[in-house]
Amino acid sequence: MAIKQLSIFVENREGTLVTVTDAIAKAGVDIRAMSVADTNDFGIFRLIVTDTVKAKQALDEANAFVSITEVVAVALEDKPGSLAKVVKTLADNNINIEYMYAFITVSKQFAYVVLRVENNEETEKILVENGIKLVTEEDMEKL
Amino acid sequence: MQKNYYQPEAETMQVEDIKKLQEEKLIKQVKYVYDNVKYYRDLMDERGVKPEDITCLSDISKLPFLTKDDLREAYPYGMLATDLKNCVRIQSTSGTTGKRVVAFYTQNDIDMWEECCARAIVAAGGSNEDVVQVCYGYGLFTGGPGLNGGSHKVGSLTLPMSSGNTNRQIQFMMDLNATILCCTPSYAAYIGESLKEKGYKPEDNKLKAGIFGAEPWTEEMRRDIEKSLGIKAYDIYGLTETSGPGVSFECEEQTGMHINEDHFYAEIIDPDTGEVLPEGSKGELVFTSLDKEAFPLLRYRTRDITILTREKCSCGRTFIKMKKPMGRSDDMMIIRGVNVFPSQIEAVLLNLGYAPNYLILVDRVNNTDTFEIQVEMLPEDFSDTPKVITKKEKKIQSAMKEMLGINPTIRLVAPKSITRSEGKAVRVIDNRKKIGINI
Repeated sequence: MAIKQLSIFVENREGTLVTVTDAIAKAGVDIRAMSVADTNDFGIFRLIVTDTVKAKQALDEANAFVSITEVVAVALEDKPGSLAKVVKTLADNNINIEYMYAFITVSKQFAYVVLRVENNEETEKILVENGIKLVTEEDMEKL
Repeated sequence: MQKNYYQPEAETMQVEDIKKLQEEKLIKQVKYVYDNVKYYRDLMDERGVKPEDITCLSDISKLPFLTKDDLREAYPYGMLATDLKNCVRIQSTSGTTGKRVVAFYTQNDIDMWEECCARAIVAAGGSNEDVVQVCYGYGLFTGGPGLNGGSHKVGSLTLPMSSGNTNRQIQFMMDLNATILCCTPSYAAYIGESLKEKGYKPEDNKLKAGIFGAEPWTEEMRRDIEKSLGIKAYDIYGLTETSGPGVSFECEEQTGMHINEDHFYAEIIDPDTGEVLPEGSKGELVFTSLDKEAFPLLRYRTRDITILTREKCSCGRTFIKMKKPMGRSDDMMIIRGVNVFPSQIEAVLLNLGYAPNYLILVDRVNNTDTFEIQVEMLPEDFSDTPKVITKKEKKIQSAMKEMLGINPTIRLVAPKSITRSEGKAVRVIDNRKKIGINI
């Protein structure tokens, strides 16, 4: 069920983000969501894209350093309280969120949240039990 | 295993005979230098030493030392002992640490030097059936010309590649079945890495041995190179001031390098007091040439820290052995008051499974030394959060602290982001030198 996220190592130097984004652009891959983790010396550029395999290949060819991580994605009603419900559900079940980020699309009906947790399967099971809608790889392609 | 020597009469000489030969040659060489090199004659006169005072090997301690500073001072002709018309070649040091040192050679000097290199090639299993690929730099640097000449003397088919253009190196190596590779250890490691990238396995090449030198390297690096190229890696030592590579070389025992004692007399001294230390002591290596014509040097301080031992060697050679130098004292950095050698840093990294691609950055900020080591990370070091990288950096840091006694900042960088060397690797950038701090 989990979806694939690209994590790209970017050094704090001019132009590194250009190389990365250029490679994805030239591969004709669309970026759905992104977040950046940064330290003093480097950043980790996390992306959800329309075609992970193609993007990974393009990045490898551009000599970028990439790893693939599986993350949980959920679709929420785009209204107050939706995110709070997800977070509370996870907290009640002792599931720690390592990081998360959200994105919306043109539909305006749903907002999407990407969650990085320790155990994807367990998290997904709890979310489904609590009536929260998961997003699959196939769903992502249609967004 | 059949024992092979290039010049068995010299290489397996009885120890007493070696000493006798050295004594005869030393007495002659001292007189020759005194008569022909004003710079050294002045140093001897200053000390009140005359050539007649040198009657046996131990009298050598009466002679003054020469340092690199002397050679710079005497640049370009001050150490020349013969007419230029008798000289056929000039070689030079890289000059990265100041004024260049130029060395002159007569044809006899070249022959002696090339024979020393030939001994090294034969000790590594070379014969006229081998294809020797020389990718040391050619030109003023002694690496290329020395091994090239040695390979000719052995009668091997020589590939005079010089350094650089790794794709071409690999193409020639594979197409022309090179069996012995001669280059710097860092370049050998890079060739190994490149072969792997091109999809070659270690057994795909015909190489059987490598003769690597011109920069300090560790045992860990040796094992890495041997694995990646599928060869036995031999160490070779030398310096432009004494001739070039081949002053000493390794045999199949790989436990130190036999010094060509029929041409060079080696001493170990206390680098602070200049006192000669007994065999087996660790100290600075000092060389005296015994039969050079154009550029003879008496008691030249190499700045290399090592140990000499004359244990019976299974290869049958009787020449004294020197341990792999622990680093030139030129390479030694004093960081926050502690002596640090790049070779120690390399050993730690290789032990932790990292490639020997690293960069040491030293600077001084607010009167405190900063000390950073950049290391190329392994694929497993990187995932989606910074904490994995930080944890690995901490691990390397504590291993460094244990080895060095001080804490460097460790920075893991992307694979292949540290520039590869095709000659001598640039491992250290010490910015304190730029701002004129006396270290």
